[in-house]
Amino acid sequence: MKIPSSIWTLLIGIVLTLASLWYGQNHGLLPTAASDEAVLIDGLFNAMMTVSTGIFLIVEGVLVYSIFKYRRRGGDNEDGPPIEGNVPLEILWTAIPAIIVIGISVYSFDVYNEIGGFNPHAAHEAPIMQESMSMPGTAIAVTLSDIPGSAEPNLNQEKSDEAMQDPSTAAVRNPDIPQMHNASGVGSVAPTLGASPEKEGQVPQLVVNVSALQYAWIFTYPDTGVTTGQLHVPIGREVQMNMTANDVIHAFWIPEFRLKQDVIPGRQTEIRFTPKTPGDYSLICAELCGPYHGAMRTQVVVESQGAFNSWMQEQLLANKDTLNQAVSINLADMSVDEFLTPYSKDIGIHPEMLHQVHH
Amino acid sequence: MTQAQLQETAHIHTLREESGDRKWWEFFTFSTDHKVIGIQYLVTSFIFYCIGGVMADLVRTELRTPDIDFVTPEVYNSLFTLHATIMIFLWIVPAGAGFANYLIPLMIGARDMAFPRLNAVAFWMIPPAGVLLTLSLAVGDAPDAGWTSYPPLSLVTGQVGEAIWITSVLLLGTSSILGAINFLVTILKMRVPGMGVHQMPLFCWAMMATSALVLVSTPVLAGALILLAFDLLAGTTFFNPTGGGDPVVYQHMFWFYSHPAVYIMILPFFGAISEILPVHARKPIFGYKAIAYSSLAISFLGLIVWAHHMFTSGIPGWLRMFFMITTMIIAVPTGIKIFGWLATIWGGKISLNSPMIFAMGFLGTFVIGGISGVMLASVPFDIHVHDTYFVVAHLHYVLFGGSVLGIFAAIYHWFPKMTGRMINEFWGKVHAVLTIFGLNMTFLPMHKLGMMGMNRRIAQYDPKFTSLNEICTYGSYILAISTLPFIINAVWSWLYGPKAANNPWGGLTLEWMTTSPPAIENFEKLPVLTTGPYDYGVSAKIVDVNKVLSIKPDEPYPTIESNV
Repeated sequence: MKIPSSIWTLLIGIVLTLASLWYGQNHGLLPTAASDEAVLIDGLFNAMMTVSTGIFLIVEGVLVYSIFKYRRRGGDNEDGPPIEGNVPLEILWTAIPAIIVIGISVYSFDVYNEIGGFNPHAAHEAPIMQESMSMPGTAIAVTLSDIPGSAEPNLNQEKSDEAMQDPSTAAVRNPDIPQMHNASGVGSVAPTLGASPEKEGQVPQLVVNVSALQYAWIFTYPDTGVTTGQLHVPIGREVQMNMTANDVIHAFWIPEFRLKQDVIPGRQTEIRFTPKTPGDYSLICAELCGPYHGAMRTQVVVESQGAFNSWMQEQLLANKDTLNQAVSINLADMSVDEFLTPYSKDIGIHPEMLHQVHH
Repeated sequence: MTQAQLQETAHIHTLREESGDRKWWEFFTFSTDHKVIGIQYLVTSFIFYCIGGVMADLVRTELRTPDIDFVTPEVYNSLFTLHATIMIFLWIVPAGAGFANYLIPLMIGARDMAFPRLNAVAFWMIPPAGVLLTLSLAVGDAPDAGWTSYPPLSLVTGQVGEAIWITSVLLLGTSSILGAINFLVTILKMRVPGMGVHQMPLFCWAMMATSALVLVSTPVLAGALILLAFDLLAGTTFFNPTGGGDPVVYQHMFWFYSHPAVYIMILPFFGAISEILPVHARKPIFGYKAIAYSSLAISFLGLIVWAHHMFTSGIPGWLRMFFMITTMIIAVPTGIKIFGWLATIWGGKISLNSPMIFAMGFLGTFVIGGISGVMLASVPFDIHVHDTYFVVAHLHYVLFGGSVLGIFAAIYHWFPKMTGRMINEFWGKVHAVLTIFGLNMTFLPMHKLGMMGMNRRIAQYDPKFTSLNEICTYGSYILAISTLPFIINAVWSWLYGPKAANNPWGGLTLEWMTTSPPAIENFEKLPVLTTGPYDYGVSAKIVDVNKVLSIKPDEPYPTIESNV
C-alpha cells in the first residue's frame, strides 16, 4: 500500500514535535538551579532547546534523506530538474524563523525584566543640564572632562564611598582607581542586575561587598564587619553584591545561580539574587585575569538563616582579637597587604597574592 | 545537449592549451598576477593553519587533565592567544582573500584585479606579520592576554609580547583593508560586458558583502589598537582605569570590528558553498536573489550587533535588549541561505565527491553553530554561559564547522582549476570523514561543559569535568591526524595527479570556460555569457551559438536569460 506524502509529512511532524518537546525538558545540560533567577533562566533555555531540537532534526533529516534518495545513480549524466526558486516557500521560511526569534526575544525580555535587568534604581537619571542645551559644545566638553569636581553626578563614586565607609571593605579595596563618571544623559556607566520588579524599591536583606583581585575574591559583610574568602548566604533572603576590582577585570559567576557580572576597576557593579537551594557551590572568575585565572575560584555556601547566623558568630569570634588590634591603629598608615597579611589565613588566600593588591 | 556542453561549445575558441608559461619560482616573487597571489594567500594561510593547529593541540593536551601539568600557565595563555589570533587573522581571513583573488577575475571574465600591485602589497604584509607573531614564542614574552587583549590585563602582562601582537594585527588588518578595496572595485567595475549584477556568481555577491564589511569595521580596530599601544608604550590612559581611562570603551571598539570579523570569515564560504552545491547536485541554486541579498543583509546587520559580546560587562539594560534583538534578526537571512541550500540539493542528482561531502558537512555542522548563536543572543541565557565553553563550542561550530569546512570544500572544488591536476578522491573522502567526525567529537561536548560550569581560558579546572575534556582532547588529535592525508594528497596530486580537463565538474560559471590552470591573461578572448551561472538542467532553450559569437567585439553581448 502506498502511503500518500501528506500523511508522511503529518507523521514526521508529530514525531518531530514530540521528540523536541521531550528533549527540551530532558536534556540534562544544566546544573542544579539554586536561585530564584536560575529557575526563570532554565525555563527560557528549555523553550529555546525545544525549538532548536526541531530545527536541528529538520535540517539534518533533509541532509541525510537527500544523500540516500537523491544520490546520482551510475550512468546517469542528466541534470536535475531546473527549479530556480519558489516565492511562497521562500516567504514561509523567512517568516517562520522571524516569528521564532521574535518569540524568543519577547520571552528573553520578560525573563530579563524578572531578574531585575531594568531596575530603575540601578542607575541614576542624569538629565542633560540646561547650559549644555543652550551652549553649543558644552555637552561634548562635559563628556570629555572627567575631572573630579565636575557637576556631573558620579554614581560610581557615591557607591564606592558608601562601601568604603565600612573599614573592613576599605582595607581590601584599591582607593587609587578613579571612579568612572556618569555618562551625560545616560546615567550610571555601571548597569547592574537589580531588584526584581515586585521587590523594586526595597532595601536588599543582606549586602555583601565583593572585592576582586588577582587571583582572589574577598567578601566583606558591612553589617558585621566580617571579612572572608568564602561567600555564605542564607536561603530565601534577597542578597546584593556590591562589586569592584582592584587591578584587572574579573567576572563574578556562580553557575548554579545562572548569574554573571563583570567586576571592573573604576566601576561599582551590583548583582541581586535570592538563593533557593542549600548546598556548596563554586564562585568562578569568568573573565581572563592572568595566568592563574583558572585558580580564581572559591566556595559559595547557601544555608539556612540559623546556620548562617552561627557561621557569622564564628567569624566574629575568630576575628575579634585581630579586630581590636585593627581599630587601635591608624589604617591610613598601612598598605593594604600589610593590613591583610594577618588575616590571609582566615580569608583563605595566599599571602603572596596580597602583593597583587595596589598593582 | 546539456548546458555545460553548450557553454563549452560557445567558448570553443578559448580552449587552446596555453598554460606553459608559468614558472614555479614566480610563486615566491612579488607577482602581480591575481592567480599567483591567490595561491600565495592559500598556501601561506594553510601553513599558519598548521601552526595554529599545533597550538590548539598543545592547549587540548594541557586540558586532558584538570591540573597544570603540561605547560606553565603563562605559556598556556600564550598558546590560546596565539592560536586564536593565527586562526582568525592568518588562516580564515586570508584564505577567504585567497579564493577571492583567484576566483573573482575568472568568474567575472576579467584579466586581473583592478589594482594588481596593491594586491601584491596586501599579500606581502601577511608573511612578516605571521612570522613576527609566531616568533614571539621564541622571545619568551609571547602575548598572553587572549586574542581580545582586554585592558587593563593586556597592559600588565608583558610589554614586548603585547607590542608584537598589536603590530602584527595592525599589519594584517591593513592587508585586509587593501584587499577589500581591490575586490570591491573589481566586482563593481570589471565584469565582462553583459554580466549584470544579477548574472554574477553568488561568490562575488558574498565577497562584495564581505569587502564592504571589512572597509567599514577594520579601521575601528586599528584605532583601538593604536590607542592601546599608546597606553602600553607611552603611558597614556585611554583605557587604563588607574588614570581614569575606560576599559569598556576598548571592548566596544574591539567588538565593533571583531563581531563583523565573524561575518568576514564566514560570508566568503557562504559564497563558495553557493557555487559548489549547484554544480555537484546538478540543480540551479534555489532562490538566487534571496541568497544574494541575504549576504548584504547579514553584512549590514553584522555592523549593529557587536555589544552582544558585552552583555555582562556593563552596558545599560535597554542597550542589551537592542543588541539582543538585532543579533536574533541575523538568524533570518542566515536561515534563508540554509533553507535555500537544502532546497538546492533536494531533488538533485548529488555526486558525493569530496567537495560535496565537505559542503554537506558544512550545512550539517554550521546549523548547530547557528542555533547556539540564537541561544547566546538571548541576554538572560548569555549571562549564564558568557565566557564559558558553551561560547567556545559555538564559535568553533561557526568557524570550524562553517568556515574551515567551507575552505576545504572550496579547495577540493577548485583544485583542478588552480593546479591543472585532479586531486585523489579516495584520500579526499578520508580527509572529509575524519575532519567532520573529529570536529564534532572535539566541540560537541564543550556545550555541556560550558553550561555545567566550566569557564574558558583556564589551564586548570574542576576534576568533575575530566571525562568530557578527555573526549574533546582525543577529538582534537583526530583533527590533527585528519590534515595529514590532505597535505600528502594535495602535494602529490599537484605534482603527479592526472591532468584535469578544463571543466571537470561541468560547471557553468566563467572560471570553467578557460584552460586548467588558466592562461596568464585568463581568457584568450573575453568570454561570452550565454547562460546564467546556475542554469543546470535548463535545456529547453534554443541558443544560437553562432549568432552569439558573431557579435562585434564593441557591441554589448546579448545575455541569454533563463526562461524558467
